[in-house]
Amino acid sequence: MASTTTTAAPAVEHGHGDGHAHHPRFQHHFVSMEQQFDSAKLGMWLFLITEILLFSGMFVAYTVYRVWHPEVFEVASEALNPFLGGLNTVVLLASSLTVALSIHFVQKDQIQKMNWMLLLTVLCAAIFMVVKYFEYTAKFEHGLYAGEAFHPHAGYEQFNIPYARQFFSIYFVMTGIHGVHVLIGMGMFTWLYTRGLRGHFSSEWYTPVELSGLYWHIVDLIWIFLFPLMYLI
Amino acid sequence: MGDKGTFWLPEGASTLAGEVDALFYFVYWISVVIFVAVIAAMVYFMIRYRRRTPHDRPPVVHESKVLEVTWIVVPTILVLIVFTWGFKVFLKLGVAPPDAYEIQVVGQKWSWQFNYPNGVRSSELHVPVDRPVRLQMSSVDVLHSFYIPAFRVKQDVLPNRYTSIWFEATRADTFQVYCTEYCGTQHSGMLTKVIAHEQSAFETWLQESGIPDDASPAQRGALLYTQLGCQACHSLDGTRLTGPSFQGLYGSTHGLADGSSVEVDDNYLRESILEPSAKIVEGYANVMPASYGGLTEDELTALIAFIEEQQP
Amino acid sequence: MATVMHTDAPAEAAAHHHPEHHHPEHHYLNHEKTIWSWLSTVDHKRIGIMYAISVAIFFLIAGVLALLVRMELLGPGETIMGPDAYNQVFTLHAVMMVFLFIIPAVPGFLGNFALPIQIGAKDVAFPRLNLASWYIFMAGAALAVIAIGVGQVDTGWTFYTPYSSDGSNSVFFVTLAVFVAGFASIFTGINFIVTIHKMRAPGMTWNRLPLFVWALYATSIVQVLATPVIGITMVLLFLEKFLGIGIFDPALGGDPILFQHFFWFYSHPAVYIMILPAFGIISELVTVFSRQNIQGYTFIALSSVAIAFLGFLVWGHHMFVSGQSAVSSIIFSLITYLIGIPTGIKVLNWVSTMYKGSVWLQTPMLYALSFLFLFTIGGLTGVMVGVLAVDVHLHDTYFIVAHFHYVMMGGTVIALLGGFHYWWPKITGKMYNETLGKIAAILIFIGFNITFFTQFVLGSRGMPRRYYDYLPEFTALHQISTVGSWILALGLFMVLFYMIHSMFRGKKAPANPWGAATLEWTHCTSPPDPHNFHHTPIVTHGPYDYHALEHLYEGDGVGDGATVEAAPGQKH
Ligand code: HEA
Ligand code: HEA
Ligand code: HEC
Ligand code: CUA
Ligand SMILES: [Cu+2]
Repeated sequence: MASTTTTAAPAVEHGHGDGHAHHPRFQHHFVSMEQQFDSAKLGMWLFLITEILLFSGMFVAYTVYRVWHPEVFEVASEALNPFLGGLNTVVLLASSLTVALSIHFVQKDQIQKMNWMLLLTVLCAAIFMVVKYFEYTAKFEHGLYAGEAFHPHAGYEQFNIPYARQFFSIYFVMTGIHGVHVLIGMGMFTWLYTRGLRGHFSSEWYTPVELSGLYWHIVDLIWIFLFPLMYLI
Repeated sequence: MGDKGTFWLPEGASTLAGEVDALFYFVYWISVVIFVAVIAAMVYFMIRYRRRTPHDRPPVVHESKVLEVTWIVVPTILVLIVFTWGFKVFLKLGVAPPDAYEIQVVGQKWSWQFNYPNGVRSSELHVPVDRPVRLQMSSVDVLHSFYIPAFRVKQDVLPNRYTSIWFEATRADTFQVYCTEYCGTQHSGMLTKVIAHEQSAFETWLQESGIPDDASPAQRGALLYTQLGCQACHSLDGTRLTGPSFQGLYGSTHGLADGSSVEVDDNYLRESILEPSAKIVEGYANVMPASYGGLTEDELTALIAFIEEQQP
Repeated sequence: MATVMHTDAPAEAAAHHHPEHHHPEHHYLNHEKTIWSWLSTVDHKRIGIMYAISVAIFFLIAGVLALLVRMELLGPGETIMGPDAYNQVFTLHAVMMVFLFIIPAVPGFLGNFALPIQIGAKDVAFPRLNLASWYIFMAGAALAVIAIGVGQVDTGWTFYTPYSSDGSNSVFFVTLAVFVAGFASIFTGINFIVTIHKMRAPGMTWNRLPLFVWALYATSIVQVLATPVIGITMVLLFLEKFLGIGIFDPALGGDPILFQHFFWFYSHPAVYIMILPAFGIISELVTVFSRQNIQGYTFIALSSVAIAFLGFLVWGHHMFVSGQSAVSSIIFSLITYLIGIPTGIKVLNWVSTMYKGSVWLQTPMLYALSFLFLFTIGGLTGVMVGVLAVDVHLHDTYFIVAHFHYVMMGGTVIALLGGFHYWWPKITGKMYNETLGKIAAILIFIGFNITFFTQFVLGSRGMPRRYYDYLPEFTALHQISTVGSWILALGLFMVLFYMIHSMFRGKKAPANPWGAATLEWTHCTSPPDPHNFHHTPIVTHGPYDYHALEHLYEGDGVGDGATVEAAPGQKH
């Protein structure tokens, strides 16, 4: 609230040449840069809340079926590879760190380091997707699909039990939608990287980096919940 | 049914109808009183304080905390009373007496089937009066809902799960049954009757409705035709319902949806009943339930014999 | 709050645009004229108008579908269409009314137009997101149109499984349409929350926010928290349909009741997305046209927020006979009643606002009064069907149909019409024909009651809903209802025509024809400048402090429009 009342920037439509040096990114319906930044950040937080709710719908489905058929879920989760899942957890955690560092560096105007960190983030995300690809194909080979195509065979017959299908459906839907988010993140960080190279960011203005960082932390956080629920218990 | 009952409710005919009605009217009258009070105040203010000239300068009215508190507290008390009452009656509606007479109900697109403990099947619900009856219900396809307004009971009927309701009819009469969960084309045609009999009449009905051992296959087929609900979709007089009429069906040749044509004989009828989606009749949708797949040989023979008989 | 303001509006700014009393024609509607200037606009006022036109078209189509529904029910048996056609018509009627009309209508149209001005901002926080939300909304609408083209959507607006997952494939397009339109709703919600938090003018404290803004704030919270759930529900539904994931379909081991929980977890809060903005409009109308400070400002403001939160806890009241556990039903029933209390606070405060006022029966006020009448019926019958044992009898009958039309049509749509007339002079700079306005308002009120009051009786006497055919004993009531729908339609078409007429031929509107005290009336021309204000207003009084604003009573017309000259703060 303070920012709406105390900032000194004049509320003029076309403020160019009125004596104040505006950042080129300044949008004139705002009163000040801080107000603009605060708004963007609040908006992003709200958006992330909707993301969490999107996933919580699926977590509810998971919980409900787990409560109804705990034994089936225990058996079915053995089909997942905790090593690969763990690897991916580590990879994602690392990428959260690189994102945090990229924000740290841009705040210090160390743009080159920021660029490196963004690139590393993209790399981690790519590793995550590659691992996921191998996990998925390993399941498909044995007929572990989401939905009607589900027919475990070739050494996986033990999963041919009622409600195992639900487990795999939920697994594929949740990790699939999560994977889509990772892909979107990869796109975003690649784009940020190219903008970083062109010198678009500085400690004065780095809103997109900060917001993408927030997004990435949420994607990471969701995985932190998915991993134990799916692979471990 | 007719015009009996009150302005709002049809005449009740079960032991619990009275309790539901009392509750209905209690809530209704409270609502009427609140509504009339609100609207009376509104109309009074509207007239009494109407704008006389554009120069009106109404005095400042300050908000009254007493008023605010009143209209938080009074409604709260009211709704708590209504809640308690509502949930007591709800529990009564939910818990059947242990000695209730049990009937199995199967809902399917778009007919009801009632199975009695002694094996009798019927497409209308016959019950004894003055005796609690419990319906154990399930569906073979989508959701349906079993509703008897006169008894004030309603319950959704689900596939792969049992739900139940109970009631005790208080007079011998015929009452309407509706399906109240949307289930497709003939949702509004998924009607049947409850026929409440005096105890002795009920027993007689139950005895007579078993399929007699000496009946011919076609006679048994005729019974099955109504008991299994075929009549919901297949007429006997040539009328086009959801499915083709049985009149003149046997021996005819007609087109199929895939462009080929078929001669209607025993084997085709057999397949049509057991596996309706195998061959779709031209001009009709593939909506006949697959649930008849479980009919016995005997029942099939009877139905086919019955269909064969339906010549114009 | 800081008292030293730096909103020095330099002369250059004024020079950049011509000072408006020399060229009063320069405003947001005419400063750019091409079609492209509309399609690419980021001006919240123009986006509001684009929303207005789109939702009006959907309302018209969905309303005509409703007339067809009523027409079919003119007699038992087939009247004008067969059962399959009927099922599709009522489904499309409901889907369009709910997802393409009533949810976006008030926030997208009046909210977009009035909210930023009411808090003294130049625009919403994210103007481009705002435009994007309109495009996304239209994309959702296009999908719905495809679904109609492909045909065969006959699930009812509730999409209950397994019927919806077994049925026709074009369900896919409708669910996708709902999913996509959901994003538009989320974006509007996010935009409004941020705007209200961050963009208020100096002096616009939380307890000086107009109640319309409070209402939109509460609405936005619900939009942000509930809409993602319908999104994921729709995703799961079409995965169920095309992959058979077995979550909802009992034939595959799924649970149809779980679907209903998912659906109502969104759709009950959604009814508050529909009604809360309407409450906001009524709060404005009642005080402006009574010239009386609103009773219980804080109570009204906070009860919106209370309703928003309680609204998340009652979804199970749609499922009392679905087979959910009795314990859940009992808990849901209890919380359902509690919602009546904050709502009651509002209704009673509105009525008492008129006390010792100067009640001016212009068209918007007629709508406000008919809202009070109709919504109270709708709300009280809502409480009736929340009573467990009574709902067993009334569930899925026409009683429910009547209940929700009383709250949605009698509540939201009537309030929307009120707000539409109220802000019309500001939006277009033209006055509408007051006499025709009053006649139409009365026709709508009468027609509505004839149409839907009969349905209460039908329902409690046992007439089930979603019935294409009915037993002869219900004929008379159905016929009365159908005739009512014609009167209702007549009134609505009148509105459409005199408003179009006013747009071209209407008398020029003054800046503040109603003598209102919120910023859009006191600090803006009609229609407003492209940037709303020439200088950011400095707010020194509450939104309904008529007494603090002597000038509202000044001039010849006294609040009837003498104030064409700029209001204070704009006088140089
Ligand atoms: C704008 C939309 C809207 C609104 C605001 C409401 C408001 C309410 N609704 Fe409604 N409802 C719908 C839209 C809406 N509803 C729809 C669309 C359906 C059907 C969906 C479908 O199946 O297709 C439905 C169905 C529905 C059901 C399910 C019925 C069934 O299917 O069997 C229930 C049950 O509890 C219910 C209850 C309520 C209650 C308690 C309120 C409350 O919020 C009302 C509160 C208001 C008041 C109470 C009046 C004012 C108060 C006073 C004057 C003070 C005094 C009050 C007391 C003493 C209590 N509604
Ligand atoms: C916002 C919600 C909304 C609105 C406004 C309406 C409005 C109307 N509804 Fe609807 N209705 C629903 C939501 C709504 N309905 C829902 C959710 C269902 C449940 C469906 C289901 O079971 O799945 C339903 C079901 C429903 C049924 C029950 C069908 C059945 O169960 O078999 C009926 C029957 O009478 C009906 C009738 C009407 C009528 C006559 C109107 C009239 O009020 C319509 C009047 C409107 C017009 C005639 C159009 C005129 C418009 C213009 C002229 C343009 C406007 C422009 C300006 C004014 C600028 N509706
Ligand atoms: C829900 C409606 C419905 C019910 C109930 C129903 N049917 Fe059908 N039936 C159809 C439809 C629609 C067709 C045409 C499409 C097709 O061939 O599947 C059909 C086709 C048939 C045919 C082939 C008719 C022809 O013209 O070739 C036979 C035989 C038949 N049904 C027998 C039965 C019997 C016996 C029953 C009861 C035990 C029954 N049906 C119940 C809807 C129904
Ligand atoms: Cu069965 Cu509706
Ligand atoms: Cu609800």
